[in-house]
Parts: sequence; structure tokens; C-alpha cells
Amino acid sequence: MRRYVASRLGVAVLTLFGMSVVIFVLLRLAPGNIVDILFATGGYVNEAEKRLIMTELGLDRPIWAQYLRWIADVVSGDLGKSYRYDLPAWQLVKPLIPVTVELALISTAIAALLGIPTGVISAVRQDSALDHALRIFSLAGLSMPSFWLGMVIILALVAWIGWIPPVTYVSPAANLPLHLVQFLLPGLAVGYRSSALIMRLTRSALLEVLREDYIRTARAKGQSGPAVIWRHALANAILPVVTVVGIEFAFLIGGLVVTETVFNLPGVARFLVQAILWRDYPVVQNLVMFIAIVVILTNLGVDLLYAWLDPRIRYAK
Amino acid sequence: MPSRGVGGAVARPASVAVTGAVPRLPAWSALGWFCRRKPLGAVGGALMLVVALGAVFAGSLAAYDPIETDAAHTLEPPGARHWLGSDHLGRDVYSRIVYGARVSLVVGLLSTVLGSVVGGLIGLLSGYFGGKADLLAQRVLDILQGLPLLVLALVMSATLGPSLPNVIVAISVPIVPRAARVIRASVLTIRESQYVEAARALGGGHGRLAFRHILPNTLGPFIVLATAQLGGAVLVEAALSFLGLGVPEPLPSWGRMLSVSAAEYAQKAPWLVLFPGIAISLLVFGSNLLGDALRDLLDPKLRGH
Repeated sequence: MRRYVASRLGVAVLTLFGMSVVIFVLLRLAPGNIVDILFATGGYVNEAEKRLIMTELGLDRPIWAQYLRWIADVVSGDLGKSYRYDLPAWQLVKPLIPVTVELALISTAIAALLGIPTGVISAVRQDSALDHALRIFSLAGLSMPSFWLGMVIILALVAWIGWIPPVTYVSPAANLPLHLVQFLLPGLAVGYRSSALIMRLTRSALLEVLREDYIRTARAKGQSGPAVIWRHALANAILPVVTVVGIEFAFLIGGLVVTETVFNLPGVARFLVQAILWRDYPVVQNLVMFIAIVVILTNLGVDLLYAWLDPRIRYAK
Repeated sequence: MPSRGVGGAVARPASVAVTGAVPRLPAWSALGWFCRRKPLGAVGGALMLVVALGAVFAGSLAAYDPIETDAAHTLEPPGARHWLGSDHLGRDVYSRIVYGARVSLVVGLLSTVLGSVVGGLIGLLSGYFGGKADLLAQRVLDILQGLPLLVLALVMSATLGPSLPNVIVAISVPIVPRAARVIRASVLTIRESQYVEAARALGGGHGRLAFRHILPNTLGPFIVLATAQLGGAVLVEAALSFLGLGVPEPLPSWGRMLSVSAAEYAQKAPWLVLFPGIAISLLVFGSNLLGDALRDLLDPKLRGH
């Protein structure tokens, strides 16, 4: 197990390094540098001042030196300065993290609660009318933009019960029920979509397991249908599902971009969009790196959990 | 499962019926066979066909010029003048949806094809040659796949600047690693098959083996993959356009029709939110249905599920 953990950690570090290079290069594909953009939005150009800012930002140095300095900053926890607010980026981002994590957690929970049971039912009743109906229901979830579904939910609430959700963020301390409703609505919209992925995977994993010999053995020994499904089959089919639930959570951290914008939730993803629109590149660079770190750490956690649950994996290599 | 013959036009050998493999038939009867075997897939194909026809004949189908504003008739509900209502600038929602089909389809198809072809080539070469190059390619793809699709597309379209080709490139990049994975996996099995060995024994070079003997047999997974990615690409385009980072004005795009301005008028004019979203959902639903049906038919691992 220790060797497995070490090799997974090594891969994670390598991936992080590669990702930092990708992000760094991507943001330098932009035509013109940060200073040009700042000046363009400022509306005037003063050559001396421009050079001063370039030196301050280290843009006059070779590209590898800029990269090294950025990495050193990130490692030491310095996420740079936002040009829009003239504040350290970390100070701006820190209060946004709980919002995004809470929304991602609620969405993932809804997705799992909706996706796993429907997947099991669909597999057990394979090719029945119920199976077809559930598959169409889940495919519909995959087909609707979740931000649009969110807008429709709000519209429906207004039209049917005349209730308008709060326009600004409600903190849990101020009004807990309202806070929960505020998060539950986007959570439903996003969770429905993710539940479709989980449902499809649960269904196909369970179908595969149900054809195994030990299931036939359990049935032959006189175990009842539900016991075979829930105790024997699902225990083995759940592994890939756990992985996908974990990966979905990680992806939601960055994938909530539009939903946070639609529901006016002050999360990391919405801030990223605003930073992009304002061309606040230092913030964008660090936020994307932050999202990448979260994704990689979650994937690592899922891998380790998976290996702990299933000994076959850690001994495979 | 045995399927009925298609109008008795072509007699199929029993073995084909038993394995459920796609029989060789003339195009029209293959279509008929597909419709019977996978009715939902056929519905999906029909939905996509409707959108495609709308896009091609937008000029004659649209009732108004999609970018023409009309200050006298803003936010008009659906009715005789504007079938699906008009927006805050008096533009006809129906005409904009018909023209918007062009943007969605062009961006969706081109970015899917671009991403799948580039990824497919990487997968073919790294699967065929294996070794260190393969390992390196896999690690690089891991990195690309580590970032959420939307974040990657968002950053790319922001740095490249909003224009039609840039949006297509931005959406295609996240598809590359997925395509490479799928094609590599199928190349790894095909590479070991006996007919490839035979071709090698006959003196076939690397290029001939990879492109002439292996590539055509990855077509099944390739089609499955491309159809599956198409819906996602359309959704990413909608999200990017919604955020103002997608296809620029004046091209009408479904995503931008839903955008902040529409959200502002949502209470007063819900049709601004409903109809473009329904258009997006139907197109993606169609491609998902078709993709599922094709996967069931073409992916041997999933046959019987």
C-alpha cells in the first residue's frame, strides 16, 4: 500500500507541474501583455510608467524566470495581486471558497441520492418500461444546460407560487432556511445533470456484476432477490461509482461557473469569470491553478480510497 | 437478439443476426434496420436532422432578419406577429433561433471533428508505437484532462479573444484527451490481431500498418466518441456565449440569447429564457440519443447491456 501511495503521489506532483506549465503558457497566448491591457482599459499610455509597471511585475525578465517566480509565489502561498481591486488575490478568494465548496457538496449529494437508486432500479429492471423511462429521464438531464434549468426553476417558482429567490447572497448566520433554499435550487439544477452520469454508470456497472458467477451462486443458495442485489452485487458495483462521484465533485468546483453567475452566488467560479472579463490575469492564473490543485487532490483522494476499498488495485502493478 | 429482415430485400446470414453485428445492407435499408433496432436513436437522429435543416434553410424559414431591431415592438409575447415573441430590442426570437442553429451546429460539429481528429491521431500514433512516446503522451493528456472542460475552454477563449474560429479551437482542446484515450485503447487491441501481424509479415511499413490496416478499424469507437462529444460541445458553446466569451455579435447564438440581458427581462418575458433553452436541449438530447444508440451497436464491450 505504501508503495502505491508513493507512486500516486509522484504522478500527482508531476501532473501539477505539467498543469502549471500549461496554464502559464495558455495565458501568454493572449495578444499583448498585461500592462498593455491595463493601459488600454486605463485609456492612456505613458512609456516611462509602462516600463515601471513592467519591471514591477517582472515582465521584463525572461519567460522561464517569470515562471519560476510565479511557482515560488504559489508555493509560498502568495497568490499575487488583483489589479482590479489592488488587493492580494488570496484575500479576495478566501471568503468565496466555502460558497463554492458548499454548492459543490450539495450538488454532488443530490446527484448521488438521485443517481445511484435510479441506476440500481434501471439495472434490475433492465429493458422494462421503467428502465427506458429512467434512461430517458437521465439523458434529458445530460442534455439541458444546468444554468438554463436553474433559470427555469426560478421562473417556475415566480409564476406558480409568486416567490422570488433572494437576489443577493444570504449567509447561514443571517437566515439559515433561506440560505439552504438559496443553495438547494442551483444544487438541484446541477445535481440533476451529474445524477445522469452517476445513474448511467451505476446501471452499467451493476449489469456487469449481475452476470458474474458468484451472483448466480448466491441466487442458487437461495438468497432472495433484493439481498443479492444490495449485499452482493452493489458492494462490487459501487467502486467505479465512488470514483465518479469524487471526480464529479472536483469538476463541479470549476464547473459551477455559469450556475454561480445565474444564481448570483459569490463563489470562486463566478469570481473567475469576472476576473477573465476584467482581464485580471494574475488572478485568473492563480485561480485556475487553485482549481487544478483541488481537482488533482480530489482525484488522488479517490484513487487512494479506491485502493483501500479494493485490494486488487494496489497489488496490480 | 435476432432482428427481423428489412423488407426481405437482403437475406442475412444467421450468424450476423445472432451476434447483432451491423449487417451490410444498402444505405436505405440499413437506415430502416437502424430505426427498428434503435427507435430512440432514430428519434435522436431525426431531432438533429430538423436542427440541421433549420440551419441550412434559415434564410427561407426565418420570418424576420435575425439582427434587425424594432423599437415599436419590444418584449412582445408570442403571437401572430412574433411566433415565439420578441426580445428587448424588438428582434424576432423565432428567427434568431433558426439562425442560431447555424452557430450551434457549426461550432459543435467543427470543434468535435477538430478535437476528435487531433486526439485520434495522437491516440493512433501513441498506441501504435507504444514505449516512451506513449508514456509521455499519456501524461500530457492526463494534464489536459485534469482541468474542468469549461474552465479550460473559458481560459482559452478569453486569451484567444472572442471570434468564431477561436471558440471552435477553445472547445476542441478539451476533447483531444478523450479522443486520444478511446482511440489508443482500441489501437492497442487491434495492433495485436492476426491480420495486422500478417500485414507486417508481408512487409508493410509503419505508415501502411497504422493508417491503412489499423485506422479504419477504429472507425466504430471514433464515431461513438464524436457523437458523444457533440452534445457536450454544444453545451460548452452555450455556456461560453452566455458568459459573453463565445461567438461575438451580431451572429445570433442560443447561449447568448439566454444571456444576462435575457435574464434581466426573464420575469417580464419568460419566452426569452424558455425557447432558446429548449432549442439547445433538443439538439443535445438528439445527439445524446443517437450517440447512445450508436454506442450500443458499435461498441462490442457494451453489447448485451
